[in-house]
Amino acid sequence: MKLQEYTTSKHNFEECMKCTICTAYCPVLQVNPLYPGPKQAGPDGERLRLKDPYFFNYALKYCMNCKRCEVACPSGVKVADLIQSARIRYDHSKPKLRDRILASTDLMGKLVRPVAPLVNGITGLSLTKSMMDATLKIDRHRTFPKYSNRSFEGWLDANKEEQAAFPEQVAYFHGCYVNYNNPRLGKDLVKVLNAIGVGVQLLEGEKCCGIAMITNGMSEQASRNASHNVDIIRKAVLNKGLTVITTSSSCTLTIREEYPNLLGVDNADIRDSLLLATRFIFERLEKGAALHFRPDYHKKIAYHTPCHMEKIGWGVFSEKLLRMIPGVEFIQLDSACCGIAGTYGFKKENYEASQAIGAPLFEQIRAVDPDLVACECETCKWQIEMSTGYTVENPISILADALSE
Amino acid sequence: MKFDTVIIGGGLAGLVAGISLQKAGRHVAIISTGQNALHFFSGSFESMEEPPQRMASLFEEAGIRIHYQNGVRLMPLGTFRPAALSLEDISLFPSPQFARSVLIVSISGYHDFFTQFLIDGLERQGISCRLQFLDMPETRALQQGPGEMRSVQIARTMDRIWEKVIQEIRSMLKDEDIVILPQVFGLQDISVPGRIRQGIPARIVFAGTMPPSVPGIRTQMLLKRRFEVLGGTYLMGDEALEAHLHDGVVHSIVTRNLDSHYLEADHFILASGGFFSKGLKSNPFQVSEPIFGLDVQYAEDRNTWYDPTFKADQPYMEYGVKTDTALHGLLQGEPLKNLFVIGSILGATHPEFGTAAGLAVRSAFHAVDQILQTTPEAE
Repeated sequence: MKLQEYTTSKHNFEECMKCTICTAYCPVLQVNPLYPGPKQAGPDGERLRLKDPYFFNYALKYCMNCKRCEVACPSGVKVADLIQSARIRYDHSKPKLRDRILASTDLMGKLVRPVAPLVNGITGLSLTKSMMDATLKIDRHRTFPKYSNRSFEGWLDANKEEQAAFPEQVAYFHGCYVNYNNPRLGKDLVKVLNAIGVGVQLLEGEKCCGIAMITNGMSEQASRNASHNVDIIRKAVLNKGLTVITTSSSCTLTIREEYPNLLGVDNADIRDSLLLATRFIFERLEKGAALHFRPDYHKKIAYHTPCHMEKIGWGVFSEKLLRMIPGVEFIQLDSACCGIAGTYGFKKENYEASQAIGAPLFEQIRAVDPDLVACECETCKWQIEMSTGYTVENPISILADALSE
Repeated sequence: MKFDTVIIGGGLAGLVAGISLQKAGRHVAIISTGQNALHFFSGSFESMEEPPQRMASLFEEAGIRIHYQNGVRLMPLGTFRPAALSLEDISLFPSPQFARSVLIVSISGYHDFFTQFLIDGLERQGISCRLQFLDMPETRALQQGPGEMRSVQIARTMDRIWEKVIQEIRSMLKDEDIVILPQVFGLQDISVPGRIRQGIPARIVFAGTMPPSVPGIRTQMLLKRRFEVLGGTYLMGDEALEAHLHDGVVHSIVTRNLDSHYLEADHFILASGGFFSKGLKSNPFQVSEPIFGLDVQYAEDRNTWYDPTFKADQPYMEYGVKTDTALHGLLQGEPLKNLFVIGSILGATHPEFGTAAGLAVRSAFHAVDQILQTTPEAE
């Protein structure tokens, strides 16, 4: 029977009731007068684009794909997917060199790692920052994340026998950030999982999840990475019976949601086997595993819900885990975008908008004055640390730090 | 994951129940599928003549100022409606002849504030009107963007430039005793409506705009923040899909985001709203409640669901979930013992009388009182 409820389109633009609630929650619309807003760029525009691609509007590039419009929509319209999929379909302009560099987190990590101390030194210099600002339009206020001279993969590979000795095993999709910039987070995950009797393995050659490629007009490359990653996750899940663990909320959202919804890469058979570490650990503790915390750990922790965590809806596991640490005073910050949105805030043309978007969050953090800010997103971490001076840690690192030896 | 109470629906009813329970020491999770009817809030709790003390203090503690006085308020289309308990933004008058002459101030290029309707309605009451427009560099910047000029975008600007706006309006004012402004003040900075009132030497009346409602969004933000400060868990953008029942008792809820991770609780509250919020669904054959499959009160004959005269009372607006007097939802005639149904999903609300906000608060307290009579089970 052809009832409307059975005949919705892929991103259900026709279910938009024109209530305009999404426009109240769009961070970009608050600061960038050139952006038409999620309702016009999404469901309103889709209706026109279907008639004639002429109606595609290049102002859609201002969307940072934070998904807050979708979270706010009372009618369940996939507003952000409509906007990003329109960019994939209709925007055939070649990405700039700068955008390609920013989006190629994997390649950059591989190139830089052997000479990491040198590169860290150079990118930190104000002369380099001025040059990158002038030539590449990467804003001079930004500090490039430091590169580590030993990758996380190298470290875990050296410890693989020790890890294999644990009776239960998981595979870890660590992402570019843990591999090249912050191996400590990966080591912290191994420490916490080992404490509940779980050993950690690598996947067979993971590639960047592709999130930055999607927003930087490199969807073909993103699709290639997506197919590769789904293949190797499939091997781990279906052949070895492993759960695949992540620590980045954005990698998680990309693999679970963006692969099928934007890139057309089917992940149905493995989607439920990919879990953020916080959810995996919480579920283990519910089933009787135990973590023992230091009695002398005392910290006031403010939790920031990254946009993509808000969309996944698993921030509750981080909250519950952090509250389990006896010496933690937990404060939930108002859920709001920090303004960085991955590579968005690194671009010179977005710097001011990026800082204006984050301002209410920074103000709240200063008012709370915590010992630490907690969140699962690496780019939120850079943005909040740069803008407030407060240290930001992944909840997994906080758990690892609070464990009794 | 286990809570004392899981509430489905994060609008006014769900938040009032959640705040009350959390304050009484219970652990509460609220599942909110997108934003809610507070974004269309008129600012008045029209079925309530005076606030129960607990409601006044609940709102006060969340930073929301309310007041009451039996009278009428000005509607966006220039008509008047009886009102009493209201947000402080809303002015209450003893009668529609509340002024001799008014200055109406809108914003250049803003189409969601219906000044001509206001003028027609006020002149019918014998009130003389003069219309002026704010035309400042900051409001012109709003007009130049490709986006629509909406209440929320204007309110963000007004939060920044309210001092200049006061100066502009002071220069427009002649001998009018009242200035009518659109409700575009005090979105993030809740002190702005008060500052506007202080800065202008005339009585300020804020009149409704097309949605979203700025006072409504502010109310939502403050109630949600209060719930979280009390330690409540607000699952934004998640959706309750189905319930697990056993012997007439709800055991757990399945949600879209948490999939195989069920939410368990001693008590459940269904505050999922009416048709717009998908608390109620309809197709050509039936009206249903999608999560529990509760019994719904509606007419058999589909031809009687609506009145073809658009402006007539629409019967479907009164359809709602059936409950017993304790507000337990009925499933095939039998009450589910630990499920309470509150807010607009009860039906019997009618936009023409604007009773939804009052019903939300009253039914929330009714459920909370019964839950608090029980002792929470140990985890």
